[in-house]
Amino acid sequence: MRTQTYELNMGPQHPSTHGVLRVILELDGETVIRAKPVVGYLHRGIEKICESKSYPQVLPYADRLDYLHSMGNALGLCQTVEKLMGVEVPERAEYIRVIMAELSRIASHQIFLGSLVGECGALTGFVFAIRDRERILDLFDMACGARMTFHYIRYGGVVQDLPEGWVEACRKFLDDFDGMMETYRNLLVGNEILQARLKGIAVLSAERALAMSASGGVLRASGVNYDVRKAEPYGIYNRFDFDVPLGTVGDSWDRMMVRLGEMEQAARIVRQALDQMPEGPVMAKVPKLIKPPPGEIYHHVENSKGDLGYYLVSDGSPKPYRLHVRRPAFVNLQLLDELCRGYLLADVVPILGTLDPVLGEVDC
Amino acid sequence: MPNDDILLRIGASLRELFAGVLPGPDAVDVAMYFVALIACVALIFTNAVILILAERKVAGFMQSRLGPHRLGPYGMFQTVADVIKLLTKEDYRPQGVDKWVWAMAPVVLFVPPVMVYAVLPFGKNLVPVDLNIGIFYFVAVSSVATIAFLMAGWGSNNKYSVIGGMRAVAQMVSYEIPLVFSILGVVMLTGSLQTSVIVEKQSGIWFILLQPVAFVIYLIAAAAETNRMPFDLVEGESEIIAGPFTEYSGMRWAMFFLAEYASLFAVSAIASTLFLGGWHGPSFLPGWVWFLGKTYVMIFVFMWVRWTFPRLRVDQLMALCWKYLIPVSLANILITGIGIFAYRAMGG
Repeated sequence: MRTQTYELNMGPQHPSTHGVLRVILELDGETVIRAKPVVGYLHRGIEKICESKSYPQVLPYADRLDYLHSMGNALGLCQTVEKLMGVEVPERAEYIRVIMAELSRIASHQIFLGSLVGECGALTGFVFAIRDRERILDLFDMACGARMTFHYIRYGGVVQDLPEGWVEACRKFLDDFDGMMETYRNLLVGNEILQARLKGIAVLSAERALAMSASGGVLRASGVNYDVRKAEPYGIYNRFDFDVPLGTVGDSWDRMMVRLGEMEQAARIVRQALDQMPEGPVMAKVPKLIKPPPGEIYHHVENSKGDLGYYLVSDGSPKPYRLHVRRPAFVNLQLLDELCRGYLLADVVPILGTLDPVLGEVDC
Repeated sequence: MPNDDILLRIGASLRELFAGVLPGPDAVDVAMYFVALIACVALIFTNAVILILAERKVAGFMQSRLGPHRLGPYGMFQTVADVIKLLTKEDYRPQGVDKWVWAMAPVVLFVPPVMVYAVLPFGKNLVPVDLNIGIFYFVAVSSVATIAFLMAGWGSNNKYSVIGGMRAVAQMVSYEIPLVFSILGVVMLTGSLQTSVIVEKQSGIWFILLQPVAFVIYLIAAAAETNRMPFDLVEGESEIIAGPFTEYSGMRWAMFFLAEYASLFAVSAIASTLFLGGWHGPSFLPGWVWFLGKTYVMIFVFMWVRWTFPRLRVDQLMALCWKYLIPVSLANILITGIGIFAYRAMGG
């Protein structure tokens, strides 16, 4: 009997492509022969827009790259510009930035975990993760009045000091956080079906991960110990004591467990930062008109998706001459084809989930 | 006292009424079957309304939220509003569908659950049609649903639908076998396929105690037969959008839901018939209340499972069926047989 493969268009309108990702699947029955991601449906030309905006106007766009880890993106861009201008950020602002970035990381990983189990069919798990993330959003709301695109971290510090009662609220959240993690571990991770769905699926070797310049949880799940916070500590990250969770196999399961571990480590960092945080100003003396000296700079930070880099060229004018963003989600997404081959249609969704793309960042 | 039962009294008075106008007892029987049919269809429709609300409430309960609560007390009229919305939607037929196959599928899917209701023993002397092969009839009729899934999948001219339809056939055909085998244990104990006799024999001890393994297998296989979590691969939302239902909208789409809840009720009712003692219970309530109560408990169990577990993958689904459920159910039949033999040898 003659058989033939067929193409299946998954997305851009699909319940589980994390936004508007389109994947062209070549299938043999339900087995994936090829999975070709087609990106660009959310392309806003942010890099180009930035060239015609002044530096303060550029900053909100950073929030809109990886909108699940906005604080981390803004932190990266601010540090890039500060590095070029040679601005010294006040101590308290540094701590607030770290707290915000790490809380944001937890929130982002909660979305990762929730959407991953939700796509495997456990919708209740999704709701649990979203419910707990709400607590973090409330904290952000208290601090800056926004729940999603914050524009809280600014050149030279943060826009305003933490309001009264914020630290206590944050400590309260951290106290409850252990309980949340226990719920995730018992209800979601402990589930036999979820384990069967993820273990041994889409194994990524350390060599291939490095060759495809993967970063973040995808890379660390394959056992490569690379975290920008440890490798090239930026800001004040060298003051904190935290571990880098590593995987051993590099399958979907490891990619999930690494993220779970990262959530705990992020909470650990926030605890230490709250303890060490001094009083003082939260904004450095930054000129009204931000004009970095001519030159170019590359600065990278570890955001929840991986190694987020900003390459900034300044010609001394109030607008960036060129801003390029190395988007980890975009780079990681390249692995989709390689990881999906030979697995079933039902595996594509969890594999995509463990690569954790955010289309705002992929398409930029 | 079955004669005090309000439903039986209504039935008896209807029969008297018909006897007055219709010629001969056969015509009265036919008329009574019609009454039973109308009662069953009415039950299916009201049940679907209740169950959809119940499912959303149970889901809300599991997910620490409220569920529908705006329309009427406890959101009781939410489903009514949804049905009105679905009824008034445009009857949209996508281009390129196989017109007849596509349009027939929801109707065909709705038929088997309705037919199953004929043999459900709602109470003593309250079986719409007390067939002497009732359980066999249930198994035979409910397997027709497979065809409807394939029709919907094939007729929709959509790749997601075809994948879903193929999955439906593979899954439902496979899981029918452990389903039948689990029922066999009970049938061996009673020596009858008649639903009323099976319930009658449980007046002393419920068969869930004698056949616990069969009960578990029945639960799993029934969840797979009705395409519910963790076996809802057919409509696996995150993979194939809605499977065979992708191209349906409005009331056609609602028909699928109606059929799903009708068959959910049917398999739960069969579970309470076979394993939970049917209408037996303390006599302060009529038998059919006990029967419905047990059925709703079973439905709650199915909903509980649905909102707790992730979905299996298609190969794992097949492995579970062929490598675990079928051998275990065969072993159960063997052990049941030995048990019956030993019981008889001891002169029981």
